[in-house]
Amino acid sequence: MGGATPCASCKLLRRRCAKDCIFAPYFPPDDPHRFAIVHKVFGASNISKMLQEIPIHQRADAVSSLVYEANARVRDPVYGCVGAISYLQNQVAQLQMQLAVAQAEILCIQIQQDPAVLPSPSQFVDEPLVAVDDKSFLLHNHQYFNFQPNPGNVTHESLKRESFFGHDMVS
Amino acid sequence: MSSSATGTSRCAACRNQRRRCPTDCIFSPHFPSTDPERFDAVHRIYGASKVAKMLEEIPPEMRGPAANALHFEAKCRIRDPVYGCVGIISTLNEEIRDTGTELAKLRARVAFLASGAQERQLGQDYTIVDDHWTEQQQIGNVVL
Repeated sequence: MGGATPCASCKLLRRRCAKDCIFAPYFPPDDPHRFAIVHKVFGASNISKMLQEIPIHQRADAVSSLVYEANARVRDPVYGCVGAISYLQNQVAQLQMQLAVAQAEILCIQIQQDPAVLPSPSQFVDEPLVAVDDKSFLLHNHQYFNFQPNPGNVTHESLKRESFFGHDMVS
Repeated sequence: MSSSATGTSRCAACRNQRRRCPTDCIFSPHFPSTDPERFDAVHRIYGASKVAKMLEEIPPEMRGPAANALHFEAKCRIRDPVYGCVGIISTLNEEIRDTGTELAKLRARVAFLASGAQERQLGQDYTIVDDHWTEQQQIGNVVL
C-alpha cells in the first residue's frame, strides 16, 4: 500500500507513505472517508498509538470498531455509540418481558388443562409460581450502565449482568 | 465544579495539561478535579483538543451527557482495545437474536397449547349433547 500510492491517511495528512506505514493496510486510498472520519474523532496520532499497542492480527478488527464508533459519534455528537447501546438494552428488556409473559401464559394454559399442575402451597416457599428460567429478566441481571439518554425521560433501569464501571452515568 | 482564574482549583483537564484554568474553561463543569481518572481516560483515547472541539460543537446543556458518553466509550476502549464499546453492541445484538428465537418458540408453544385447549372444550360440548340424546332415548322420545 505504501510507495507509489499513498494510503488514505498519508494522503490526508499530506506526507510520504512509508513502506511500513501503520495505517496503510487498513486505510486504502480508494476509501478516503474511512480515515477522515476516525481522524476527525480520534486523531491520527491517537489511532497510531492504539494500533501499535494491538497485535497485528487484531488491528483490522480494531480499525473497523474505531470506524464504527467514529461514524456513530458523527451521527450523534452527544451520545455516539452509547445511544445505540441504550436502545439495544431497551430492546433486550422488552423481549425478556415478553418472554416472561409467554412463559406465564403457558403455565396458565397448563393449569387450566390440568389443575394438578398447580404446585401445592408448600412449594411456594422454595419455587416461584411462574416457572421462569434463569435467562429471564426477572432473575437475570445485566448492567452495562444506568444511562439516561434524554433528559426528562424516565431513567431506564438497565438489566444487570456486569457492572463495568460501578457508577451511574445519569447526568 | 467551577474553576477559578487564580488556578487554585483547576479542573482535572487543566491540571493534566498543566495550564491555568480559565473561568470559562469548557472542561471544568464536566471534568472536576475530584475525578482525575475521568479526564485521563478521555484524554488517552481522544486527546484534549478533540474533546474540547467536540464539546464546543454541542449546545451547553447537552455537554454533560456528551462528556459522560465520551468517558464511557473511552473506558470501554481502554478495557477492550480491539473492540471498545462495539463489543457491547455485538453482545447485545446476539442477546436480542437469541431471546427473539426463544420468544418465537414459546409463542408457538402457546398457540399449540391454546388450540389443544379449544379442541378439548369442543370435545366436552359434544359429550353433553351425546348425554342428552341418550337420556331422550331412555324416555322413549324420538329425537331427530
